[in-house]
Amino acid sequence: MSILRLEDVVKIYGDYAAVNHLSFAIPKGAVFGLLGPNGAGKTTLIRIITSIIRADTGQVWLDGEKLNTKHPGQIGYMPEERGLYKKMKVGEQLTYLARLKGLSPADTKKELRYWFERFEIKDWWDKKIEELSKGMQQKVQFIATVLHKPKLLILDEPFSGLDPINTNLIKDEIRKLNKDGTSIIFSTHRMESVEEMCEHIVLINKGKNVLEGKVTDVKEQFKDHIFKIEYAGSLPPDLAATDEANDSFEIKATTDRELKVKVAENADSNEILRHLISKGVHIRSFNEILPTINEIFIKRVGESDE
Amino acid sequence: MNKLGLIIQREYLTRVKKKSFILLTLLAPLIFVALFTVPALLAVYAGKETKTVAVKDPSGIFVPPKDTTKRVRYELRSEPLDELKARYKKMGYDAVLYIPSLPDSGDRKMEVYYFSEGQLSLGTKSSIERRIASSVEDYNIKRSGYDEEVLKNFRPDVSLKQKELTLNEAGELVEKDKQNSAGIATAIGFVAGFIIYMVLMIYGTMIMRSVMEEKTNRIVEVIISSVKPFKLMLGKIIGVSAVGLTQMLIWLVMTIALISVVGMFIPMDQMAEAQQGMQGPPPEEMSAVMENLNALKSQNWGYIIPVFLFYFIGGYFIYASLFAAVGSAMGDDMGESQPITFVAMAPIIIAIVLISPVIENPTSPLATWMSIVPLFSPVLMPARLAFEPPLWELLLSMTVLAAAAFFFVWLSGRIYRVGILMYGKKVTLKELGKWLFYKE
Repeated sequence: MSILRLEDVVKIYGDYAAVNHLSFAIPKGAVFGLLGPNGAGKTTLIRIITSIIRADTGQVWLDGEKLNTKHPGQIGYMPEERGLYKKMKVGEQLTYLARLKGLSPADTKKELRYWFERFEIKDWWDKKIEELSKGMQQKVQFIATVLHKPKLLILDEPFSGLDPINTNLIKDEIRKLNKDGTSIIFSTHRMESVEEMCEHIVLINKGKNVLEGKVTDVKEQFKDHIFKIEYAGSLPPDLAATDEANDSFEIKATTDRELKVKVAENADSNEILRHLISKGVHIRSFNEILPTINEIFIKRVGESDE
Repeated sequence: MNKLGLIIQREYLTRVKKKSFILLTLLAPLIFVALFTVPALLAVYAGKETKTVAVKDPSGIFVPPKDTTKRVRYELRSEPLDELKARYKKMGYDAVLYIPSLPDSGDRKMEVYYFSEGQLSLGTKSSIERRIASSVEDYNIKRSGYDEEVLKNFRPDVSLKQKELTLNEAGELVEKDKQNSAGIATAIGFVAGFIIYMVLMIYGTMIMRSVMEEKTNRIVEVIISSVKPFKLMLGKIIGVSAVGLTQMLIWLVMTIALISVVGMFIPMDQMAEAQQGMQGPPPEEMSAVMENLNALKSQNWGYIIPVFLFYFIGGYFIYASLFAAVGSAMGDDMGESQPITFVAMAPIIIAIVLISPVIENPTSPLATWMSIVPLFSPVLMPARLAFEPPLWELLLSMTVLAAAAFFFVWLSGRIYRVGILMYGKKVTLKELGKWLFYKE
């Protein structure tokens, strides 16, 4: 079951296709990375999902239903450029935003009490937004996004401008919400947070889906079959650079106490271990080098641009 | 409460709770009333000084008035002028008035001297001047040998009585007294037109700024992920209109209350006298003032006020939505988008420029047609109201205005929904036109 499914979605501005026949699905309960370079169509896509704009053609399904007027109340959206009314007080502002999402006055009060206690910010209630620091404002913005207990949380660059402490705080909250059943979309180009947080990703470029899948599968798909071997002592002088016998591996680089070995695609990585051990190399660690999402991102975007 | 209600409530409360709003709303009537009554109060209580003046009049034309309650008491003295100048204070006078001699016949200029230490107030000065002028006039009439009564009858007091001609059911011509004075109608016309112009400008730009602010600090994206942009725009327009109405209501109530409170301390005739002293109109003009007051009272307010409100609200919706659309198209840099603001500013400026020719000739074709064009009618029709335009014109103009109000709100909504999501693009008029046809 997917929380969100897009089918052949198109959005054209003038003669420019911001979203170009895009399809993908997000499994329920996932933490999902929506990746893409600037101008790829991420913001347009999010605006379609949040019903801010409508797709020209194609279908969007939220939790098994076609997008309709009750769905905005089930989505929480934190735009990249944060925005709050600067002159409004924190309490009033959050109440207003929650009520706009359709929360009843009683529920609003209850939820607000919970979050104010949780973030230990009870004395902020009567403060104006402009009196708060940037990090504090981000916390308020986060509360505004999740107050109405959305099924789907869309966070556009959620950690930009946050210090490490607040980043961790928000990360923990996101994990907790996810554990309680909220599906989460991260829109970002900060790849290290993708690797850390996301199970699934879709990579879009020029409005098109260029790559989609589980993070582990994607990495598997794009790996170069290179292993890093750390050893102790020195290498035997007769260690050959390649396996002349069946061409199953090739030593790419050696530095002091480290080898990089490329293994042929169908070869067994144990072969190299066996070979090295038989040559008397004292092995300390043996790791496969997987590509980072960042490397995959650059590679795929480069390919799709050609 | 539905979402539109929530938006209206927020737009209203955040503005009404602002310190600047409270201050302006409470102070403006105080200042307004003070402006009108403080001089009168001062004249009645503090300025009620009587001056005793020693008059040196060698030619013997000056006749002191018998009424001693006046502002200035005159006493004729026969001592030499130099002695009077040296001793007037000891003799108990405030000043010495010296009337040298009559001007030559044919020369109307006449100079009279007033010697004293202190400053002479404007009211006292003109009072003395009038006194002398009237003495000289009487003297001249007597000297020339004409009968004073006959001469005074040469100057008739003309007052134009208006009669309204209508046909009754039987088809007979009926004439009716009409209290309407053109002066009052002109005044009402200008005031009504300018009030609407001011309100549209002030609240229009208030809405424009508020839209720009929401756009530049990006809260708009959070809000329109909950409600449709059109609702946000409409809520803002209605909320701000409620702010305006609140302010005007408070002003009206406070002004009336303050005037009646102040009025209790100033007897009406004294007030009139004080004002007369201030501006110094000759007594005949007082009757004109009274006539105007009567004309003002006899205006058909039961007709003017509701129609005025109708134009006020219609014009407000047109211009508020236009300003909202313009605000949505602007970036954070006001200067760069200046040409766009002209879209909303130009029509209302044209309307206020047209107000003079329209009031001067309220039945001209220009007045008739321009007060039907919905971008101008909110200013021009109220300006014509006191001249009682034909019913068909009024009804046509009101219908067009109502339709246009809906149309402009819809039109602006279409620009607004695109504009608030556009960033970093310099917007041209052509671009605005394109937005109208964007699909949602």
